[in-house]
Amino acid sequence: MAEPALSTGAGAGDPAVTTANDDFTGRFSPFAQAQDDGLQHLAMAVEGVNCAACIQKIESALAREPEIRQARVNFSTKRLNLAWQGDAARADSYARIVTGLGYRVQPFEAARALSTAEQESRFLLLCMAVAGFASGNIMLLSFALWSTSMADMGVMTRDLMHWISGLIAIPTVIFSGRPFFRSALAVLKNGRTNMDVPISVGVILTTVMSLLQTLWKEEHAYFDSVVMLIFFLLIGRYLDHRARASARSAASDLLALMAGTANVQQEDGSFKPVPIRDLREGMIIQVAMGERIPADALVQQGRSSLDTSLVTGESLPQPIGVGDMALSGMLNLDAPLRLQVARAADNSLLADIVRLMEKAEQAQSRYVRLADKVARLYTPVVHFLALLTFLGWTLGAGMNWQPALMIAVAVLIITCPCAIGLAVPVVQVLATSHLMKRGVMVKTGDAFERLATIDTLLCDKTGSLTLGHPELLRAESYAADDLQLAASLAAHSRHPLAKAMGRAYTGTLLPLEVTEHPGQGLSAQLNGQTVRLGSRSWCGQADAPASAELELWLARDGLTRDGVTPVRFALGDQLRPDAAEVVAALRQRGIAIELLSGDRAEVVADVAARLGIEKWQGGMKPADKYARLAELHAQGRKVGMLGDGLNDAPVLAGADVSISPATAIDMAQNAADIVFMGDKLSPLLTALATARMSQKLVWENIMLSVIYNVVTVPLAMAGFVTPLVAALAMSGSSILVIANSFRLKQVR
Amino acid sequence: MDILIVLIPLALVIGVLWLGVFVWSIKSNQYDDLEGAARRILIDDDPLPPPSNKH
Repeated sequence: MAEPALSTGAGAGDPAVTTANDDFTGRFSPFAQAQDDGLQHLAMAVEGVNCAACIQKIESALAREPEIRQARVNFSTKRLNLAWQGDAARADSYARIVTGLGYRVQPFEAARALSTAEQESRFLLLCMAVAGFASGNIMLLSFALWSTSMADMGVMTRDLMHWISGLIAIPTVIFSGRPFFRSALAVLKNGRTNMDVPISVGVILTTVMSLLQTLWKEEHAYFDSVVMLIFFLLIGRYLDHRARASARSAASDLLALMAGTANVQQEDGSFKPVPIRDLREGMIIQVAMGERIPADALVQQGRSSLDTSLVTGESLPQPIGVGDMALSGMLNLDAPLRLQVARAADNSLLADIVRLMEKAEQAQSRYVRLADKVARLYTPVVHFLALLTFLGWTLGAGMNWQPALMIAVAVLIITCPCAIGLAVPVVQVLATSHLMKRGVMVKTGDAFERLATIDTLLCDKTGSLTLGHPELLRAESYAADDLQLAASLAAHSRHPLAKAMGRAYTGTLLPLEVTEHPGQGLSAQLNGQTVRLGSRSWCGQADAPASAELELWLARDGLTRDGVTPVRFALGDQLRPDAAEVVAALRQRGIAIELLSGDRAEVVADVAARLGIEKWQGGMKPADKYARLAELHAQGRKVGMLGDGLNDAPVLAGADVSISPATAIDMAQNAADIVFMGDKLSPLLTALATARMSQKLVWENIMLSVIYNVVTVPLAMAGFVTPLVAALAMSGSSILVIANSFRLKQVR
Repeated sequence: MDILIVLIPLALVIGVLWLGVFVWSIKSNQYDDLEGAARRILIDDDPLPPPSNKH
């Protein structure tokens, strides 16, 4: 379940996240860094930023602080960068301001403010800009060369044009070719090959040959083709990189959860904030209401309930008392707790999940992308053909080595995989934007390749197949004044059941002075009588008939004796409205479905029966879920995962393709390849259809490129290719591939 | 053909100017948060002016 609840309108975020007990003293200030400009800098991860209004709310609230010099939300990375004058300790009050607006914040290591992925993306953009500039200007000259005959222009003018083209092209190749040269060198060192190897060889050979042609005052200089090739390829490369950059932050966000501090009891009995990673076994910690448990620990003092949905997927808050074990990542709901750390933070459940995720991500990086598979076949063939051409003309036909080399280079230029380089990224970018309009965000381009091939889908229950939060059932069957009173009481609590009660009533609330009684319920005075909302025993109904549903009772104390019994509100986590149809449709498309849940077995059995899922398991821990995934992988199955919680994160990271609802915790969304919006599950079907269509188109594009090569390579080997033919063929094949990709729009 | 001596350098100068502007926009972090930039156009720069009674 999401914290805070996501909503689409302005003013998103959940005000109930703030409670008077939130104490940030010392939690953020250790992460502030003084930099050369004399200002303190701090980066925080902000959860729940999802619209322009959120950006404005946070930035304008912080800008009102006199010491703040810079407050900027990066929407793409969901990070807030702060710079202020003065004391590092102000960080805590700034964090409190943001939390006060309803957004959960975590400190972030500011040292790595500009990550390597961002630098790489910037570098590619710079290379692309230079290549774009160069290709435009060279093309200007080339058009003059192509459109006039030698008699009109004269040899001197032609050579001048070649020289100017060369002077633009050579620095451009050296500058903008670097992404390809580097990548080619890196794989060659490992004794392997990828698409960048033929690109690099082709580019370098063509440039050198064109320079020689210019020096020898010959006719054929290919400077325009080289620069255009680099420009086209960089466009594909940049799009591809942008699409994948967001997926990389999964593990770093998880670690941000551990980057906070915990209140630890000192020898003199006072409490002092200590970084979570320094927690040791036996330490006594204090966890306030609304805080997460920092490490697995035993309760020593206090009585509360825990929202465990993040860790176990269980929807109902769990009561906890002295002697019980609380696991890291659970949220303390009702009252402050004093706990004794049972396992150091790096042995805790959270750390286990981090380790599982790292393991899973390593396993997944073994996946070979289709484009690379093609490159492995393509490279040796192309180079062999060029060599054959050279040998054929020199040894076979007795030609001089210069013109023979020129023909061999023409073969390399013609085969340069411009169309193949575009075949995959263009389809991916179109498919991504196609799905974006239908409420599905795809974060990695190759997710389509993987989604199209899955044969098994593992589903989490709470929040994935269900809506993930309790809702009032049969809302129309209650009297309006009962609903109003219950909602007015419930508005003062952040207990999940109370929040559900609040959502069920949209009218005006009564002004009440409400007291919360941890683990029992709420009470208030209304017209001189006590009204109560809470558990059955709190409302004097301990012996009412038992029920499997979640429930809240409303009692008016003065009236009970007059024969008006307390009202019982039934609540439950509801299935997504189209879950059953989607499950059936997926099965029809040949995908086996399994339900893996951390919830109690009887609840899971009920959901499985209603959805017609035959294979299900309840009470599963994160490691159990991951074990099931490994088992399926060992059987050679292609596994997709639908999940939303911290407990699903390792499986989401390790599955062939993973899907999360937009209500999932940010961490799960980061680990997932695909995120869908809304209450319905049907975007899953749209994504599957788009993925299968895009795979078909990618194959068609590759076939088109191959056909193009089959036609042009013999021409090039025969020596019929001139710079004009090369430029036309290259742009012609690229346009064909792009046009074919647009057929994706046919998918409904 | 003499006009080429003027036109080619002119074309190059214009091109370099364009390139310079683009490189400047990259260096000043304008491409770091494309999604955010798309949404920031919805934010008003200034608070609303006080209501006037002119109509």
